[in-house]
Amino acid sequence: MASQTAQSLVVLEDVHKIYAMGTQQVRALGGVSLSIDTGSFWAIMGPSGSGKSTMLNLLGCLDRPTSGHYILNGQDVALLDDDKLSELRLRQLGFIFQSFNLIPQLTVQENIELPLYYLGWEARPSAERARELAELVGLADRFYHRPMELSGGEQQRVAVARSLANDPVVLLADEPTGNLDTVTGRQIMELLAELNNKQGKTILMVTHEPDIATYATHHLHLRDGRIDRWEKTS
Amino acid sequence: MQHSRIFRNVRLGIKNLMIHKLRSGLTVLGMVFGVGSVIAMLSVGEGASREAMEQIRKLGSNNIIITAMKPVEDDSASIQRVRMSIYGLLYEDERRIRETIPTVQQTVPIKLIRKDGYLGERSMELRIVGTTPDWFELVARKVLAGRVLSQRDTEKKAAACLLTEHGARRLLATQNTIGESVRIGPDHFEVVGIIQTETASGGIQTPDQEVDAYIPLNVARERYGDMVVRRTAGAQERELVELHQVLVQVRSIDQVESTAEAIEKMLRHFHQKKDYRISVPLALLKQAEATKRTFNIVLGSIAGISLLVGGIGIMNIMLATVTERTREIGIRRAIGAKQRQIIGQFLIETIVLSTIGGLIGIVIGVLIPWVITVLAQMPTIVTSWSILLALGISVSVGIIFGLYPAVRAARLDPIAALRHE
Ligand SMILES: Nc1ncnc2c1ncn2[C@@H]1O[C@H](COP(=O)(O)OP(=O)(O)OP(=O)(O)O)[C@@H](O)[C@H]1O
Ligand SMILES: [Mg+2]
Repeated sequence: MASQTAQSLVVLEDVHKIYAMGTQQVRALGGVSLSIDTGSFWAIMGPSGSGKSTMLNLLGCLDRPTSGHYILNGQDVALLDDDKLSELRLRQLGFIFQSFNLIPQLTVQENIELPLYYLGWEARPSAERARELAELVGLADRFYHRPMELSGGEQQRVAVARSLANDPVVLLADEPTGNLDTVTGRQIMELLAELNNKQGKTILMVTHEPDIATYATHHLHLRDGRIDRWEKTS
Repeated sequence: MQHSRIFRNVRLGIKNLMIHKLRSGLTVLGMVFGVGSVIAMLSVGEGASREAMEQIRKLGSNNIIITAMKPVEDDSASIQRVRMSIYGLLYEDERRIRETIPTVQQTVPIKLIRKDGYLGERSMELRIVGTTPDWFELVARKVLAGRVLSQRDTEKKAAACLLTEHGARRLLATQNTIGESVRIGPDHFEVVGIIQTETASGGIQTPDQEVDAYIPLNVARERYGDMVVRRTAGAQERELVELHQVLVQVRSIDQVESTAEAIEKMLRHFHQKKDYRISVPLALLKQAEATKRTFNIVLGSIAGISLLVGGIGIMNIMLATVTERTREIGIRRAIGAKQRQIIGQFLIETIVLSTIGGLIGIVIGVLIPWVITVLAQMPTIVTSWSILLALGISVSVGIIFGLYPAVRAARLDPIAALRHE
């Protein structure tokens, strides 16, 4: 276990997440332990309310576990304050959301540049990097458009480009195809799979669609906030 | 690098504000009126007080003016057909003030007689001012032609006289008139010079008037005596007055008040009735300054309230904006923006709003006083400090009223913010 910890990118140790709703307590995660290696592509699955999003939010450092440990790239997230968590997200993580979450008043370029802005990049290199990424996701011709002028699939491509801007250690995606039709969804998945294959990006993705999960290298099944089972598929 | 970053942030702020042009515009309008009214009100206040102070300054802030005043008469006197009143300042008073009060630099005794003056065909009613050459030092006015009275005029008891600009115009005296003679009563006086007058309005009396003609004091005393006879509706009124006025110049400005007190004490000792009045321009000046301060505070607070309203408008809009852009805040936080960066972003937006409002407000605040001056003939002065103050206030309003919405935005839970519709 110890030797595995040393090389694992993500390690969860008996992670609990309990939401207090007034006097009631909701146990969203009840003791999750897991190690994820660099370069793997995980699909987190399970019925609605099983804690998939909760787990992804914890993995994405948007939240901290109520108890247990989360070690990302050798760092215990539970010990970090809000500023440090922000810093961690900025330098190590990239997010892709179900509803794209682009900023409507910004152009494609500016949306992709957002992480670079917070990283303090100068305007020129930042614009160059944004263009490279737009080309990577096949949207170079939409560089100056606004999200409203793009289709859902195109918007999600922009979101993928943005999530890659800071060259993250881990990509997190919560139902990235949830708002897309089957064909478009597949295109996005192929893009992610390519990132995983060619660039070796570690991807943690929540989905409840089995055929979307086929793109992943590992499947994790949650039930009532616990790991039901997990398997390596390829 | 720091520069370009600030520039980028401001540009982003403007871009965000442009999402709702009308809304941002109306918010700016609140600031425009606030800042505009601050500057306009202060300029009206400043103009009014500057005018008052200018008039008081004409009296000389180092001077004290003692004026003879006819005391309130007892009833028995008014029944008599021939009334005789003896009052006013004495030659002796003037000498005592000059010689015994050490803080006094110099004194000018003044005798005033109303007489008609003739020059050629023309005539006018003059106020003959019998005085010493020191007058022209204390009441420093521009000499337009010729010269002022000299010590030699006094010594030689010369029948020399100085006309005012106004008098010269009425009597058609010019540069060439110097040397000609003006007839005053039965006597002839040589015109030695023409001098300017500066008369103040608004209840303040300067020592000089437009109808003055200045002659040596000893000549005035010799020709006209100390007795003035006035006939009114069958009654004859006789007044015996030695000096009508004494101007006192104090050595330094901080001794003015104590000197005035000393003079008062001395005169009270030697005069049975209060037949004199001491006026201290400096005291008036101080009073005017105090009034100005109150005036400015009152006007400023009224304008300040409109700024407050403008600020509340900004806060209201920013709170709405934060709610509206909750998801954007969530996105930025997820990407890695720190709380203080979110605060900074929204603060910049409010500061941009309030500063634009402030700048337009300054333009309006400068225009309004100008219109007031043109239309209402009211003096207004836009001081640079009021503009700086208004600009400072508008930036502060942006910070103060923007801080709460910005902090609220930054404190949002990123997960909840991302889920917000
Ligand atoms: N902020 C919260 N406050 C209270 N309870 C919460 C909160 N977030 C999630 N929960 C609860 O935690 C449990 C797990 O929620 P979670 O969103 O992780 O489920 P999920 O697996 O993502 O479901 P779905 O497939 O519907 O998205 C649910 O019972 C949910 O009601
Ligand atoms: Mg979910």
